[in-house]
Amino acid sequence: MSTLSHAARIAWKDLRIELRSREIFYTMAFFGGLLAVVYSFVFPSNADMIKIAVPGMLWVSIAFAGTIGLSRAFDRERENDTMRALLLAPIPRLSVFLGKACSIAVLVLGVAVVVTPMLWLLLDVHLFDDPGVLILSLVLGSIGFALVGSVFSAALIKVRSRDVLLPVILYPLLIPLFVAGTSVTAGMLAGNQPKVWYWMGFLGVYDAVFLVVSLWIFESLVIE
Amino acid sequence: MTSRIDRVEISKVAKRYGTERALVNVSLELRAGSMCALLGHNGAGKTTLLGILSTLVRQNDGKVRYVGGGTEVEGDALRREIGLLAHSSLCYAELTARENLELVAGLYSIEGGTSAIEAVLDRVGLDARARDRLARTYSRGMLQRLSLARALLTRPSLVLLDEPFTGLDRGGALAFGAELAALRDGGAIVVVVTHDLEAIAGRTDHVAILRQGKLVFEERGTYDYEQLKDIYHRHAN
Repeated sequence: MSTLSHAARIAWKDLRIELRSREIFYTMAFFGGLLAVVYSFVFPSNADMIKIAVPGMLWVSIAFAGTIGLSRAFDRERENDTMRALLLAPIPRLSVFLGKACSIAVLVLGVAVVVTPMLWLLLDVHLFDDPGVLILSLVLGSIGFALVGSVFSAALIKVRSRDVLLPVILYPLLIPLFVAGTSVTAGMLAGNQPKVWYWMGFLGVYDAVFLVVSLWIFESLVIE
Repeated sequence: MTSRIDRVEISKVAKRYGTERALVNVSLELRAGSMCALLGHNGAGKTTLLGILSTLVRQNDGKVRYVGGGTEVEGDALRREIGLLAHSSLCYAELTARENLELVAGLYSIEGGTSAIEAVLDRVGLDARARDRLARTYSRGMLQRLSLARALLTRPSLVLLDEPFTGLDRGGALAFGAELAALRDGGAIVVVVTHDLEAIAGRTDHVAILRQGKLVFEERGTYDYEQLKDIYHRHAN
């Protein structure tokens, strides 16, 4: 219980700073929105092709904008060495991980909230026909992204070339998540319920597996 | 439950970064109610040793034992007893002084949070009007006061300070030195890494000098500025 309450305290601290500065969210949302605009110009205006491509557009936008957010969220902890202060606190170190992951998941979800309607408006694809499925897949996807991203961002916090290394390490691990996410969205657009729920289950399992793995390796990765 | 640390035993501690040897067989004992000045040139291994003492850096060899009330103190109970004042402020620039300390009070489950925060801010002399300003608007001196407040709020029994006088004017450095002496007199173990010998002269009662990762000098006693300078130049070079 105290692990979760300390995690909530750390997440609230991050979100409070972000609410004050709005620096990370604006950057992520602007970049995600910009990608949606670019997609609307570079893909041929063929409705069937767009319908096939839009799930990929959505999840790639989330991945790219999310990576920017990850880097900046951990840069904040690096600026005044506050990560050391968090790790020195007499709380389970898992709280630090869960708190950071939680705040990042909220930011990534925020980007999805901006990008999804933009894709709908710009490409005229009915992404909101099944809002429950859409929301659930975006929530699970954001959680998975934040779990994996937080572990490696924390581990690379003192590495000089972390901005280059982070996507190199992160994206291969995120491929299953994006395959599942795009498959859920594609299944939803095609009205293929079995496909939707198969891949939704996959997303849930992915999150559960990486939650366990992340909790297991976080401490050993962040202590020098 | 708190277990104040009354002794730290560092035995044969070694640390390597790749092939670089940062510490070689360092053995040292730190006692409650003493202030150890950890001296040496840049790259001598002082910050690495402080990192190991703070539990945030793992040594490759050797052992560090933290003893309180005759038993070894470990884990969360140990971290509760460590106060760290590092090169950086360890404070969030986008939070006010009060908000930074509220976060610390929450993480350390400090009772009487608000009154404890006000008391520690009074103690370090952070101006009342500045307490609700974002830390990023602070001068270096104010930030250093906030860092000290952060370290003192948790009432640590092992206080680790890495160049605490950086950026302070002479008066501020001497006042800060007096604050450290008060901590020592209150029974804490104070370890201070510094190049400002004047600020610790007459206050430190234990001097340890590192050179290229090796402990080359250790002595207990009281030293004035000239004595400290002489010891430093004889052993650190």
